[in-house]
Amino acid sequence: MSHVNFTVPEVELMGSGHLGCQGCGATLGMRYVLKALGPKTIVVLPACCWTIIAGPFPYSSLKVPLLHTAFETAAVAASGVRAALDVQGDTETTVLAWAGDGGTFDIGLQSLSGAAERNENILYVCYDNEAYMNTGIQRSSATPYLAWTTTTPKLSPKGEPKKDMMGIMAAHRIPYAATASIAYPDDLVRKIEKAKSIRGMKFIHLLSPCPPGWKISSELSVKLARLAVQTKVFPLYEIEEGTHYTISVMPDGIPAREYFTQQGRFSHLREEDTERIQKIVDTEWERLLDKCRDHM
Amino acid sequence: MKAIATSTKKVITGNHAVSYGAMLSRVQVISAYPITPQTQIVELLSEFCANGTLSARFIKVESEHSAMAALIGASSAGARAFTATSSHGLALMHEMLHWAAGARLPIVMADVNRAMGPPWSVWTDQNDSLSQRDTGWMQLYCESNQEVLDSVICAYKVAEKVLLPVMLVLDAFVLSHTAEPVEIPDQELVDRYLPPFRPLYRLDVNNPHAFGGLAPPETYMELRYQMQQSMEQALSEWERADEEYGELFGRRYGLIEPYHTEDADLVLVTSSTVTSTARVVIDELREQGQRVGLLKIRLFRPFPSEAVRHALRGARKVAVIDRNISFGAGGIFAQEIKSALHNHRGLPIFGLVAGLGGRDITPATIQEIIQYAQAHDEPEDLVWIGVKR
Repeated sequence: MSHVNFTVPEVELMGSGHLGCQGCGATLGMRYVLKALGPKTIVVLPACCWTIIAGPFPYSSLKVPLLHTAFETAAVAASGVRAALDVQGDTETTVLAWAGDGGTFDIGLQSLSGAAERNENILYVCYDNEAYMNTGIQRSSATPYLAWTTTTPKLSPKGEPKKDMMGIMAAHRIPYAATASIAYPDDLVRKIEKAKSIRGMKFIHLLSPCPPGWKISSELSVKLARLAVQTKVFPLYEIEEGTHYTISVMPDGIPAREYFTQQGRFSHLREEDTERIQKIVDTEWERLLDKCRDHM
Repeated sequence: MKAIATSTKKVITGNHAVSYGAMLSRVQVISAYPITPQTQIVELLSEFCANGTLSARFIKVESEHSAMAALIGASSAGARAFTATSSHGLALMHEMLHWAAGARLPIVMADVNRAMGPPWSVWTDQNDSLSQRDTGWMQLYCESNQEVLDSVICAYKVAEKVLLPVMLVLDAFVLSHTAEPVEIPDQELVDRYLPPFRPLYRLDVNNPHAFGGLAPPETYMELRYQMQQSMEQALSEWERADEEYGELFGRRYGLIEPYHTEDADLVLVTSSTVTSTARVVIDELREQGQRVGLLKIRLFRPFPSEAVRHALRGARKVAVIDRNISFGAGGIFAQEIKSALHNHRGLPIFGLVAGLGGRDITPATIQEIIQYAQAHDEPEDLVWIGVKR
């Protein structure tokens, strides 16, 4: 009998009775993150898909305390919870702010920046499905270049690149920031456990495929999340103290088209678009490698 | 060991009276953003935190919206929470004011009444706080620095009883930056009056619950009904808190304060510091034999309608001075007084708007108002006092 090494804790802190869509990356993400954090965790949740996924009053799909809060307040409401726990002598419980890309890249950026600058002892996870999915797929600043959404129709797809959220967090010189993927649960769990052990502000950027929003079949979520990493579209890396970059998973370097052609939101891309995107992906990857080399 | 609790007297501003009130209430989490004319409140609290006078966490946030959001987190996790703001800061908080009240969190906040821009103004009027009338916050308007300090402590007592937040309101500069002798109560006695915050429900890893999740139409309305029930209950809780405070500290303020209303033909209705000026004028006119009285409204939400009706039962005319305006309608206190009396008695009520943007309301202004009301038989909904046309 072969020996299997489980790196993902067996504890289940998320119930099966949640309201996520089939193939929702954000549900997998929450499940893994809570496994890594354990029961001494308080979740702070702004408006996002998870507002619905957690279940309506009086239900909750989480087995840890959950505070719903307004759209733009995840990081600061978490700061308040942290302060209250600290003054009551509880320095052990992890306060997890769990927000979507809209609540992180756009409307919540100000309070997130404030919390990062104050180096609040919280863990902030942005589950990024690359648009306002809960309101029905509208463009956010996390939406990729040339993607379709209901507010960037195919005749006029998104003309701007995805906001460099990791760069913004690195510029705050927070102790720890990392990208993560639901397709690499061992890597995700390792990063969450590491974040948990660090005092101060921690930020995890978690790519979370959304079948209805990306126009993909629900069984393809994990596959596409893996392709995003393997094509270098969404590389997995860590940033310590805002300067020390480390690649977590070395990509195979599969052509980016493999990732884009499987998604309905990119079905309008022409050959030249794909080539242009490939160049951007390659340039960004080189930039990331440069940052890693700077500190080797 | 002291046999009798003692107090000390200090000459302090209204702003610092707020800070002392918060310190004596042993607030645990403070979160604030600077804005004139509030800033001194949190400056002194920062000092108290830094020198160990107060063992609280002070979160220095990047906006007032975040200040309230932080307190919502802190209060949900079981800490006594405090902030202070003014004018645009309060307006920026608006969304979170609904959130704090809807979440039934007993947060106390001082609002230094400052006019809204544009044009920019830093001087007093009540449009900032009254624009937040329907957020579910209790509102209390203060007249003196002593009342400010005492009211902060009472506010926590009531808020934690009925689980609704309190906005404690004081006039910009007239109170906020004006120093008066204030008795600082003894901490031991305050502790006896105000025990530590022990919420029934809080974020607790040993007893996990979700707070604020989606409420379908089948449950939402009942939660709002309960808020209104608690507001109604708060009227008697304020009475009780005030009475108990009076027993321990020798000072009571009431929900309203009638002054020579018993035999008055004309009763002026005021709030905040305008009351002090009006009281002087009433005294002078009384000496001249005029039957004029004064009613100070201290508690604005919940509105003490029954007490107001009782205080005005003998009046023939009422003149309400509003340092605020609801554009398209008139002064807001006047509307409230009318609403309280409408189904009870056909009493003429004059609505008079004065002192916007910090324009002085002097004894002469008050006399002008009284003369206007005395000279007119038909009540008017909106009379502008001292406006240049």
